[in-house]
Amino acid sequence: MKRMIPLREMILGGAILVLLVLVASRFAGFVAPGNLANVFNDTAPLIILALGQMVVILTRCIDLSVAANLALTGMVAAMINVAMPGLPIVVILMISILLGAAMGAINGVLVWKLSIPPIVVTLGTMTIFRGIIFLISDGKWVNSHEMSAAFTGFPRAVFLGLPVLSWVAIVTVVIFGIMMARTPFGRAIFAVGGNPHAAVYTGINVGKTQFWAFVVSGALAGLTGYLWVARYAVAYVDIAGGFELEVVAACVIGGISIAGGVGSVGGAVLGALFLGVVKNALPVVNISPFWQLAISGSAILIAVAFNARAGRTKGRIILKSAEVPQ
Amino acid sequence: MTDVSQTRHVPDRLNSRAARLFKSWEALLLAVAIAIFIINSFASPYFLNAWNLSDATFNFTEKAMIAFAMALLIISGEIDLSVASIIALASTAMGLAVQYGAGTPELVIIGLCVGLLCGAFNAVFVTILGLPSIVVTIGTMSLFRGISYIILGDDAFRGYPASFAWFGQGYIYWVFTVEMLFFVVIAVIYGVLLHKTNFGRAVYAIGNNPTGALFSGIRVQRVKFILFLLTGLMSGVAAICLTSRLGSTRPSIATGMELEVVTMVVLGGVNILGGSGTIPGVVIAAFVMGLVTFGLGLLNVPGIVMSIFIGLLLIGVIALPRLWAMFAQRRRA
Repeated sequence: MKRMIPLREMILGGAILVLLVLVASRFAGFVAPGNLANVFNDTAPLIILALGQMVVILTRCIDLSVAANLALTGMVAAMINVAMPGLPIVVILMISILLGAAMGAINGVLVWKLSIPPIVVTLGTMTIFRGIIFLISDGKWVNSHEMSAAFTGFPRAVFLGLPVLSWVAIVTVVIFGIMMARTPFGRAIFAVGGNPHAAVYTGINVGKTQFWAFVVSGALAGLTGYLWVARYAVAYVDIAGGFELEVVAACVIGGISIAGGVGSVGGAVLGALFLGVVKNALPVVNISPFWQLAISGSAILIAVAFNARAGRTKGRIILKSAEVPQ
Repeated sequence: MTDVSQTRHVPDRLNSRAARLFKSWEALLLAVAIAIFIINSFASPYFLNAWNLSDATFNFTEKAMIAFAMALLIISGEIDLSVASIIALASTAMGLAVQYGAGTPELVIIGLCVGLLCGAFNAVFVTILGLPSIVVTIGTMSLFRGISYIILGDDAFRGYPASFAWFGQGYIYWVFTVEMLFFVVIAVIYGVLLHKTNFGRAVYAIGNNPTGALFSGIRVQRVKFILFLLTGLMSGVAAICLTSRLGSTRPSIATGMELEVVTMVVLGGVNILGGSGTIPGVVIAAFVMGLVTFGLGLLNVPGIVMSIFIGLLLIGVIALPRLWAMFAQRRRA
């Protein structure tokens, strides 16, 4: 049992439960199943992006371009919909994922082939992607009345009691759970982050693994891009501005080590849910939403301080380095 | 990280000093700056005007003040992403003080103290608790700006005293602004600190090999603590200049400036992984970024499109020498 649910996830899950109880003591309706489903649906984009970011951070990289990628893909999807209203949603989904993956591949190639530090690469591509949105849209908005009903309806369509947006998040979580634990790619990601030198000697191509991590993160950002624009039924240059930091915050709160190699799918999901619950609970308990930024900042600091203490018994490093880490 | 098996070609002796200077990053950057200057003067008839050029310096002076301190911090292997949020908090504190009738001297003291306190806050987490600075400062980035939002909400502070405008709007002589004076003085101070003092040598040593630095008697954590304090202090100075220039405070002030500061430092040839970089490089990088934004502005290019150029510049100046080296190696093989 202890092995199946690691301590860190249990504590984080406990923190979320305490939070829910506190909110429920002020306003019982918050923990009604219908409202919790709404909170989950609202957090779904963050969960999807946090999983992509997790893969990147595990390989000792960071992807600050996810929000810009999301916004650019969303804008392209919206413009395609305006130009060709009859195009099936499946095609738009495919285009979004491929476009996002292509942008992730640009990051990946620069990191892999030119060994430019990831933070520099993604800082650069972040501003470039945002700029391109302005170029293609001329700074104009794509509004809901220009989008087709099928386009905006897809993420909200209810299937087995939950909106499609929530189902996409759930399916992504399941796929990532299997991918990280059961596939060579998932193992390679942990190995590359845990000890790149040892990973080379076991036949893993470090740069290539990092490249694919960026492609995965980009593809998820692209997918979220369409879902985001369709859900809010508007596309403009600044959508999801600064969201990349919230995504990184979710990962850090979820116990994913920025030094690479340590982290779990459950942690990323719980980290995202924690931020989502805080965000949705504040207005309910009559705290000004302006408190949210400071609260998530404090949560990051507390989480990272806590994880550094808990980090002495390292969980998932396979391929340990030869010398004992201090 | 990946080039485990590559062997390095070690020359018998170093090139001459002139040859090294000529091939240096700073020389390449200076060439880029001059090229941009010439292109701009041909592209727009309004470029070569002393007053316009003077206005253009506002594009980079405030960012560059922080960039000098940030350069030292990055050379030592740390980073501070909370600088823009420190500006927001310092500016909010000054605005709050104005509501209680503070004068210009008090405002300056408050701005600098808030900067120092924020720097110390980061430093405690990084040096005493031993946490990675990138995560800590992403956290404090939200925290500091979050406090500004709690105090201000969607409101704004105005009504700064008239004498306070000197910092951001004053001129020393003809077209030379007060901010330019600050820029030059701070550049010289940091240049001397990094390149001519024991402290500067210690910063390089820590960036290249923290364990080695510790064993050679450098108080690694203390040096890092001071570097975070300096970065906080410089953010305080920038907050005073920016607030004085804008004449008002909103919690969204200087949003995204941390990325431009880091871009400036990296463009200036500072290794983002620590260990190398120079202050003259950062000075030239400040001019390059200022000239690009100003020149494009004269051509009516919107700000967000300029950011494409800044992004391309950031990746390009790092990618091109590496591509060049790759091709050179392939030709040799």
